[in-house]
Amino acid sequence: MLELVRLVKKGAEASVYFASWFGEPAIAKVRFPKAYRHEKLDRRIRVSRTSSEAKFIREAREAGVPTPLIYFVDLKNTAIVMQYVDGPRLKDVLSPDTVGLCREVGRLLARLHAHGIVHNDPTTSNFILHKGRLVMVDFGLSIHSERLEDRAVDLHLLKEALAGGHSDIAPKAFSEALSGYSEVLGEGAKASVVRRVADIERRGRYA
Amino acid sequence: MAELLVLGIESTAHTFSCSVVRKGRKGEILSNVNSVYRPEKGGIHPREAARHHTAVAPEVLKECLDAARVGIGELDAIAYSAGPGLGPCLRVGAVVARALAYRYGKPLVPVNHAIGHIELGRLLTGAKDPVVLLVSGGHTAIACFGSRRWRVFGETLDLTIGQLLDQFGRAAGFPSPSGPLIESLAKRSDRFIDLPYVVKGNDVSFSGLLTAAKKLLSKEPLEDVCYSLQEVAFSMLTEVTERALAFSEKGELMVVGGVAANERLRSMLEFVAEEQGAELKVVPKAYSGDCGAQIAWTGALEFEAGISVPVDEAFVRQDWRFDRVEVCWSS
Repeated sequence: MLELVRLVKKGAEASVYFASWFGEPAIAKVRFPKAYRHEKLDRRIRVSRTSSEAKFIREAREAGVPTPLIYFVDLKNTAIVMQYVDGPRLKDVLSPDTVGLCREVGRLLARLHAHGIVHNDPTTSNFILHKGRLVMVDFGLSIHSERLEDRAVDLHLLKEALAGGHSDIAPKAFSEALSGYSEVLGEGAKASVVRRVADIERRGRYA
Repeated sequence: MAELLVLGIESTAHTFSCSVVRKGRKGEILSNVNSVYRPEKGGIHPREAARHHTAVAPEVLKECLDAARVGIGELDAIAYSAGPGLGPCLRVGAVVARALAYRYGKPLVPVNHAIGHIELGRLLTGAKDPVVLLVSGGHTAIACFGSRRWRVFGETLDLTIGQLLDQFGRAAGFPSPSGPLIESLAKRSDRFIDLPYVVKGNDVSFSGLLTAAKKLLSKEPLEDVCYSLQEVAFSMLTEVTERALAFSEKGELMVVGGVAANERLRSMLEFVAEEQGAELKVVPKAYSGDCGAQIAWTGALEFEAGISVPVDEAFVRQDWRFDRVEVCWSS
């Protein structure tokens, strides 16, 4: 029995509600139809992202990445009910004093990659600081891949999010993340992914 | 503050354009004259485009100065697009700018073409601190300003939106640039055909969409393919734009670049701007594409902040990224 209590965040893709699930606190992530896009396209995107997100949240935990527990998946209403994880977003606590947290971001991404998962949206909004640990959320765009290109895109996205949201500490934060990444996957894997990130950056502008 | 009169010369790709702006307390475009290279078939051949620019340069310049009623001697500075762009094309604009600066003893101001789109957009729309969606043949990027630079928040991982439309158009036998014809054909259809939709975080990828849409050309009615191509490509751009608005929590969305003229894209963006509580500001159609005014206006801002280069150091850089430009002027 689900009851939506209040809207926590209206994201681009979904609305996140604080909810009550059989009396227990929970989070409900609902993908509402987007009126700007064609109905057929809209339905396809919402259903596939909802079912794949639930799947990847579970798989990520198997890879050793903390994620919320899934309580219920409702494909008809494209909604996921999951565990409420208390704590601030990394985006709201990242500062020159806490830049070390980015090392853990790098470790978590590397663990996903080591298990053949690419998150595809690792912004600082998608990590919650809970009891001193980072919990990763928002797997709606995740894919299975072991390609260097896809892994590099993941790190490129992180780099962009740091530059866009934390421009004062972005270089330091990203290098922390890379250190964490190499702790898990090794210096060689880090070096090749960094080279590919540079490639991607050259490509996007004036090809 | 004294008034500044600045000539801007744009030549990054298919457009050769000159413009004179006056900057007092406000900015005013006194003239803007464009000449667009239109190949008989196929896309832009850089050498042929450069030939076109060379041929039209004197006339465009004269027309621009006449329309503004300004003599070269009255100018305070000469600005030129220094990149990014097609090398042969960029060099034509730079040669004209250097020659004028040398002959008339005027300061030379190099301008980044993408920053030019953004600054002119801000002048014309009044946007103060917007999320910028830059959509053109050369760029597809979402940027926000922070710590003296335009920071790329999301972008294409392969083709730009303009390249997607033009390369599809080329396969369909359309003239270049193909965006307007695709748009008018799309208006005749509402039959949606599934095509690859690729969003990765704040980034988009169009290469799979291009391949799939080209394959449909021989199987489905042209209007339906154009419609579906636009629907998918613009939905992708709209989704990542909404992400940037949600993440940055800025109250304005500004759209600049040639593809900003597309009405379907604009109507989609209206939806997300409203959803995210942001005001949508689209650069007027006459100035959405490449034009001298973007260079002249940005050149005026830069010159006022003390930026100019000697003639023998007036470079062009084909791959000059706009997030590498330190913004030391205020506007």
